[in-house]
Amino acid sequence: MQYEAPESVEAAVRLLSGGGPRGRVLAGGTDLLVQLRAGVITPQLVVDIKRIRESREIREEDGMLVVGAAVTGAELGEHARAKSMWPGVVESAELIGSTQIQGRASLGGNLCNASPAADTVPALVAAAAECRVAGPNGMRRVPVEDVCTGPGQLSLGDGEFIVAFELAAPPPGSADAYLRFIPRTEMDIAVVGAGVNLSLDESGRCTAARVALGAVAPTVILAEEAGAALVGTECDDSAMEAMVAAVRAACRPIDDKRGTAEYRTKVAGVLATRAARIAATRAREAR
Amino acid sequence: MARAHVITTVNGDPVEFLCDTEQTLLDVLRDELHLTGSKEGCASGDCGACSVIVDGRLVCACLMLGVEAQGHSIETIEGMAGGDRLHPLQTKFLEHAALQCGVCTPGFLVAAKSLLERNPDPTETEVRYWLAGNLCRCTGYDKIVRAVLDAAQEMRGG
Repeated sequence: MQYEAPESVEAAVRLLSGGGPRGRVLAGGTDLLVQLRAGVITPQLVVDIKRIRESREIREEDGMLVVGAAVTGAELGEHARAKSMWPGVVESAELIGSTQIQGRASLGGNLCNASPAADTVPALVAAAAECRVAGPNGMRRVPVEDVCTGPGQLSLGDGEFIVAFELAAPPPGSADAYLRFIPRTEMDIAVVGAGVNLSLDESGRCTAARVALGAVAPTVILAEEAGAALVGTECDDSAMEAMVAAVRAACRPIDDKRGTAEYRTKVAGVLATRAARIAATRAREAR
Repeated sequence: MARAHVITTVNGDPVEFLCDTEQTLLDVLRDELHLTGSKEGCASGDCGACSVIVDGRLVCACLMLGVEAQGHSIETIEGMAGGDRLHPLQTKFLEHAALQCGVCTPGFLVAAKSLLERNPDPTETEVRYWLAGNLCRCTGYDKIVRAVLDAAQEMRGG
């Protein structure tokens, strides 16, 4: 196995599109190393992106938050500005794994591992985050919800990798929240995850809402009709009921050891409601 | 393929080693550098027996490649005692009988040291959450938590 740790985006793209064996991108390694050790993957080339500055830093650009793909959960959780701008995204990252895992695990890795149950992905989708994808044809922006096409499957082309995530400055009166359900208090894989991001005007009326769900379909899904059910309302009980109906209609889960399809569908509505209430409370406080 | 040449710092000392790119940091510590205090429990980041501190951050050595150590600073259990003088956490683990078979102990000690460096006065809940990635099948955790709280108090001068 060839290991490379390039120091620039361009050098990483050259390695990944060099015409040789298709490389695997290494960020925190908390999924990749397990797959390597288990023999699930046997890459001939591993490209470590942690020496690339753009992949390792959190910065603000014109009010927008830009989070490197290899920034760790612990670093994101310690970043006061990130936490105040996008509390739901940060709490989703901090939910992943133990202290040790938090010291390594990254947003880019969580997305590109392409698990339907990834915790940060519903929060990023609800936040309308976009990926900065570098490749042989330069840089392009891809909405987070367009990256995964199925379990373990990505839409990224040969030689492409995610450098960083862009999170727009939230408008006044906006906030996000993420909740997941697991059968114990810590360190487990989501049975269901729900991310909600909404905006309230001065009278408390919802002007925009995005609801994203994890572990209820082959990929994380953006439940557009669920968000639409909140817009124009004051997020009261009847609006929540309509939102829940749209959430449950969007669910296409499987039965597995973590929960039945019926159970997941039920829990998705409950979690989305709770996440929406938290987001609404935060949004009022943010105004 | 030629083995990779890595220059790093382990417990404050400059260290050079050769390794295969597939080897984890844990493989390198144990098999190349003969620092066998860090244990392999699960090799998948679940048990914490291989906990080490890399650039001040607690991580599982089984989830990092040895070649990734280039230019970084690594602290292991072997660097915890000052010569013959045990670290207060080590003393308190002995006093509280916070170990039985001992396989998880190096990981717990390194993890607890990392906690107390960041938070010298943790609550019991904070100790339990911080150490949730370290598994022990002997003690039931209670003695470990008490030892950490007691060590924290002593290190604060109380």
